[in-house]
Amino acid sequence: MDPALLLDPALLWKFCLAGLAVGSIYAIVAIGFNIIYNTTGIINFAQGEFVVLGAMTAISLAGHMPLAAAVALAVLATMLAGALIEIVFIRWLKDASVLRLVIITIGVSILMREGMLHAWDEKMHALPHFSGTETSSIAILGASCPPQYLWVFGTLAVIVAGLSLFFKLTVTGRAMRACAANRTAARLCGINAKAMVTLSFMLSAGIGALAGCVTSPITQTQYDMGAPLAIKGFTVAIVGGLGNSVAAVGAGLLVGVLESLSVMIGCSTYQDGVAVAILMAILVCKPSGLFGSAEAAALKEF
Amino acid sequence: MGPRRYIPVLALAALVAAVERAVALGGAGYYLTQLIMAAYYCLVAAGLCLLMGHAGQISLGHAGFFALGGYTSAALTTHNLLAHAAEPWARFLASCGLLAEWQNVYGVKVLSVAPWAAFAAAVALAAAVAFAIGVPIIRLRGHYLAMATLGFGVIIYRIAAGTDALGRSDGIAEVPPFALGAGLAVGGAAALRVFNYYVAWGLVVLGALVIVNLTGSRVGRALASIHGNEAAANALGVDTARCKVQAFVASAVFAAVAGSFLTHYNGSIGPSEASVMKSVRYVAIVAAGGMANLWGVLLTGAALNFLSLRGVFDTYDDAVFGAILIAVMLFAPRGLLGMPQLRALRGFVGRRLHAGRAA
Amino acid sequence: MPGALLETHALSRRFGGLQAVQDASIAVAADSITALIGPNGAGKSTLFNLIAGSLAPDSGRVVFGGRDITGAAPHAVAALGIGRTFQTTRLFAHMTVLENVMVGRHVRSKAGCIAGMLNLPSTWREERRIREHAAATLADLELGGHMHAVAGTLPFGVQRLVEFARALAAEPRLLLLDEPAAGLNLHETAALGRLIERIRSQGITVLVVEHDMSLVMDISERVIVLDQGRVLTAGTPLEVQKNPDVVRIYLGDDHA
Repeated sequence: MDPALLLDPALLWKFCLAGLAVGSIYAIVAIGFNIIYNTTGIINFAQGEFVVLGAMTAISLAGHMPLAAAVALAVLATMLAGALIEIVFIRWLKDASVLRLVIITIGVSILMREGMLHAWDEKMHALPHFSGTETSSIAILGASCPPQYLWVFGTLAVIVAGLSLFFKLTVTGRAMRACAANRTAARLCGINAKAMVTLSFMLSAGIGALAGCVTSPITQTQYDMGAPLAIKGFTVAIVGGLGNSVAAVGAGLLVGVLESLSVMIGCSTYQDGVAVAILMAILVCKPSGLFGSAEAAALKEF
Repeated sequence: MGPRRYIPVLALAALVAAVERAVALGGAGYYLTQLIMAAYYCLVAAGLCLLMGHAGQISLGHAGFFALGGYTSAALTTHNLLAHAAEPWARFLASCGLLAEWQNVYGVKVLSVAPWAAFAAAVALAAAVAFAIGVPIIRLRGHYLAMATLGFGVIIYRIAAGTDALGRSDGIAEVPPFALGAGLAVGGAAALRVFNYYVAWGLVVLGALVIVNLTGSRVGRALASIHGNEAAANALGVDTARCKVQAFVASAVFAAVAGSFLTHYNGSIGPSEASVMKSVRYVAIVAAGGMANLWGVLLTGAALNFLSLRGVFDTYDDAVFGAILIAVMLFAPRGLLGMPQLRALRGFVGRRLHAGRAA
Repeated sequence: MPGALLETHALSRRFGGLQAVQDASIAVAADSITALIGPNGAGKSTLFNLIAGSLAPDSGRVVFGGRDITGAAPHAVAALGIGRTFQTTRLFAHMTVLENVMVGRHVRSKAGCIAGMLNLPSTWREERRIREHAAATLADLELGGHMHAVAGTLPFGVQRLVEFARALAAEPRLLLLDEPAAGLNLHETAALGRLIERIRSQGITVLVVEHDMSLVMDISERVIVLDQGRVLTAGTPLEVQKNPDVVRIYLGDDHA
């Protein structure tokens, strides 16, 4: 452990950059949580598995077709899986308690993980870098990093921009927001609330899969990476205030950087410890999140 | 309620003895090993049944408390203090009877904390940790409580898997047996298998007795009222936060006792005991058993753990638990014994009993 | 007010942009039946929740039996002798009627967690006393026949009575009743009125929020009128009925 390393600005920036890249993924997972939470009030514990499923599918497909097509197909396939999960496990439950839903999504995450273990294997896999090779690097403000970082940042930006346009401008997006605000009222206005829930599972599966694909070249992909990703994504969602996707971006980058800096000063032994410690601290001190208002929080069930 | 509520406890004790006799007569004594281990996992599930079923609070971190108990016992009883034997504090501890001298499998003389003292420390530590984290997190509900307890479990796992003194991914081996006097001990010696079977299941029966007592008492009723309607319970003077923390600490103690005993029985403990999947398994057992239905939880726990430990589920071990979780929550949220068909039967029997009592 | 069991002093509570209760000062005389009335949204339930500790006031004080209980937690308020029922009946639906009422004895008993686990002789003796008292309370309200029924399965009117029994089992000094007549028919309402008077005759002070004016005028000695979070007026039922401000808020300006 050498905190003195923090005084070297070039090194510091390099680690921050890595943190931002990882944090982008956390932010995307958190946005996935938020989409489903907003329309259903459910935290989908299988969110991390969507990321892995997307990446694994793309890796398998990449051998047979161009990378872009493989990624697109993988995202579509994962969206389909998301819809299927909602239809089979969630849709027909009436007045299910939170405890019941939590346990069901945990069960789903276990089945998905074990399914992926048997469908693929326990080895690390990776997609090729989207541009350049493993050894190519670009410089961002003086620090060299793989060009894949730009893909990650770009994906986050596109997802955030795309989602906010979708929710603001399209009829479907507005209908989903209406469901989030008041499901009964939305149904009375003629909105098909059930379809909106399915759609929210598809959307969050899709962006999860996309996140899995863009990070696979950097972090590699293994069947059991879903759970830690889900915990970190949830941490980010909580830090930003559950349901608030814009805040989740800030929170994701923050958690990513803090985690990266903790690795820099040598705390890598307890890898997930930093994120989980942040999670516990926020849950205990301010469950409405750093950016959440206490007023709005009073309406939620902590 | 009265003394009638103790009938299932007696039935459990009889069943435990009957299974042992049957196994002995069938010449399948080797089954006892898995039954012993299953008993300790059942003890964890029983504590969790109190927390989830009666107090209505989820915990996805109970493997953490099990590991806390197991690792504390393992670390204290294997850390060799021989080099410090002459120092005043060691002499003081020894004079209090807190230290024990023994030889490990390599014939090396070891002076360490006595197993019973380590056990007491393990339980006290688990209770203290449960209290310390319980006070702030137990006021959280639903998803938030689930994630907070999950977070606790992850931290314990990381500590177990990342700390040199705890053996990192290898865990701690060469844990001595827990001598109980008269040549009897909690340990893996084949000659003591039947004795260990009765110790393990005796603890489960004792745990069941404690839970039956508690749920029929003032605090148990308060817990049930919190589960029913927290605001109303509060307005009747039930200190809901206090009751929930008590249930949390009690269930953590169950887990720590199980962890400590199983570690002595196995002679070792590794970080997998602290893993999130283990915590989820305990939840699966409690859910499948019917949450508040202690007998359902114990039966399911015994059956599933026994089959799992026998390797029946092969590489689909975790998948089986995941599938059980989903199936039970989808089709029988009151647990397997609470399914409509069975409930109708129980209702019938119950009415007959009731009629018999009234007559 | 001398002889007041409960007083609030300039109690205020705001929810976001809504001032639910503002500078509310009320007094409830010991051994009286006092009614709290007002149109919907006048802040009656908020005032109840402020007294019972379910909400903390932004400012002001609550004094019960000469003791400042402002900001005390609901369970602490209950332990001091304030019982309550809810606007929508909140029984423990999965527990039996007897068990529901036994929870009501919580503040009058003391066996802790460990004593419960060990079931010491003192514990089961106390448990027997709790059971006997709860059964007697039920018998007193003529609910003995429902004793072993699961609370959630009972008809609505009976559930409300069970909630009364549960609150009474704690032997409170002050009972807060939130719209006890809501959803009851004429016959049941009349019986309720008699029950409330009988409760008072046992030395329990009653503060009741109620919309049923005939019930309010029948049973209460004093009526407090809330409007838009403020105390509009207070007095005997007759005085309040004649007050032009009260007529205006209930019937509109035309009738003033």
